[in-house]
Amino acid sequence: MSSLVTKVRLRQIEALLEKGKRLDDRSLTDYREIKIEQGIIEKAEGSARVFLGKTEVLVGVKVETGEPFPDTPKEGVMTVNAELVPLASPNFEPGPPDENSIELARVVDRGIRESHSIDTEKLCIEEGKKVFVVFVDVYVLNHDGNLIDASAIAAIAALMNTKMPNYEIKDGELKIKQGYTPLPMKSHPITVTMGKINNKLVVDPWLEEESVMDSRISLATNEDGNICAIQKGGSSYFTPQQILEASKIALDKAAELRKKLNW
Amino acid sequence: MNEKPDKLIDKKGIRGDGRKADELRPLKLQVGVLSNADGSAYIEHGKNKILAAAFGPREMHPKHLAQPDKMVLRCRYHMAPFSVQERKSPAPSRREVELSKVIKESLEPALFLELYPRTGVDVFVEVLQADGGTRCASITAAALAIADAGVPMKDLVVACAAGKVDDTVVLDLYDAEDKLGSADVPVAYMPNLNAVTLLQMDGILTPDEFEKAVNMAMDGCKKIYAMQKEALKTKYMVVKEVEE
Repeated sequence: MSSLVTKVRLRQIEALLEKGKRLDDRSLTDYREIKIEQGIIEKAEGSARVFLGKTEVLVGVKVETGEPFPDTPKEGVMTVNAELVPLASPNFEPGPPDENSIELARVVDRGIRESHSIDTEKLCIEEGKKVFVVFVDVYVLNHDGNLIDASAIAAIAALMNTKMPNYEIKDGELKIKQGYTPLPMKSHPITVTMGKINNKLVVDPWLEEESVMDSRISLATNEDGNICAIQKGGSSYFTPQQILEASKIALDKAAELRKKLNW
Repeated sequence: MNEKPDKLIDKKGIRGDGRKADELRPLKLQVGVLSNADGSAYIEHGKNKILAAAFGPREMHPKHLAQPDKMVLRCRYHMAPFSVQERKSPAPSRREVELSKVIKESLEPALFLELYPRTGVDVFVEVLQADGGTRCASITAAALAIADAGVPMKDLVVACAAGKVDDTVVLDLYDAEDKLGSADVPVAYMPNLNAVTLLQMDGILTPDEFEKAVNMAMDGCKKIYAMQKEALKTKYMVVKEVEE
């Protein structure tokens, strides 16, 4: 870690923030350019690649059959896993998932799960015995900050692109038929992350802002303008006023993105 | 699996365990309960029973994890296999890894990290029995353990959750409400600094309900904060009595 450089950068970033500006000419509430490509992995049931500025995240969705959880026998299963692939950043190392990739996966998971984005009841094949299991694998390909928002958008884009195999049950046996139907979805949550730098909230922090920010807050919101998941991170705090401010910004930005992405 | 009851709150606004909407579960806090740890605390928060121990500031192991300009705080949140209905594997789950991280990040703002370069403080939290809201009770106990270890702090960190059950915003959810309710908002707070150091949420809340839940959780935190301070003082009052 080159802490001398980041201290110099911190002063530069702070000085700009005082004037309402950022290093990359964005306003405090601007997102970087978002680009989505869907269906780029043919062997996956669903996939999407999202560019958020230079941050690049690929999400692949695999659909398999498996057993439901005992407490939800009529519902399909969704799991999210995240890999911080070593080619994405000099700071990522191969090996089992660390706390950062586990947190990323669980924050993306919570946004999808708590907004009831996937209609899991429609993924039931045989109550208590067989359901569809949806594996959402987040692959970070280039880390330039705000992996949470990029991954959350990519996950939803990949789920929207997911095709479920058609099936029929013959003599108690599951037979996969020709053709596909889209994955049943009820909601498209959008997660908005803000960093706190010198008591100012900046939307969609990129890598250099992330390296100097005190803490971050991510809020997932749904179409109805309700909040469905929150995660605070980083080793500093938020005042109660900042939290309310962040929730207002998140709802505004999500509405704006929703329009732009046509979700 | 029990069937979901029709209502978790009755017509008079009384919850399944007899509490009102803005009422905390009974709490018991004890400081200095483990002789080998530099600092320790035990909390009973409703049916939650949690032990926390703090070690340090001490030399970091392994050494390469030490930071030249600040102290490193490490936390391990762990649930005992017998702490829940179905035995939990003692291997750390993804949930425990995430909670360890957010607990660490909720305590860091209270410490003067830059005053103890090259050292580390380790906080170990063992959940002996879980009944909803263990991350909050863990933070309350961990902050006491760090204070008991004599590590200077800007303020104690205290945590409490609020949530939504049957369309009502309620304080301090217990297990059934956590599982069957529609939202859960754990909050950690430093009352003297008016700083929120942990904030998570799952479930669906309108912006107004969210604001109400955060305020309710902070009010709960302030009540527990008084008990935390009392527990710290009690330990030293006991020592004094022995001397006499």
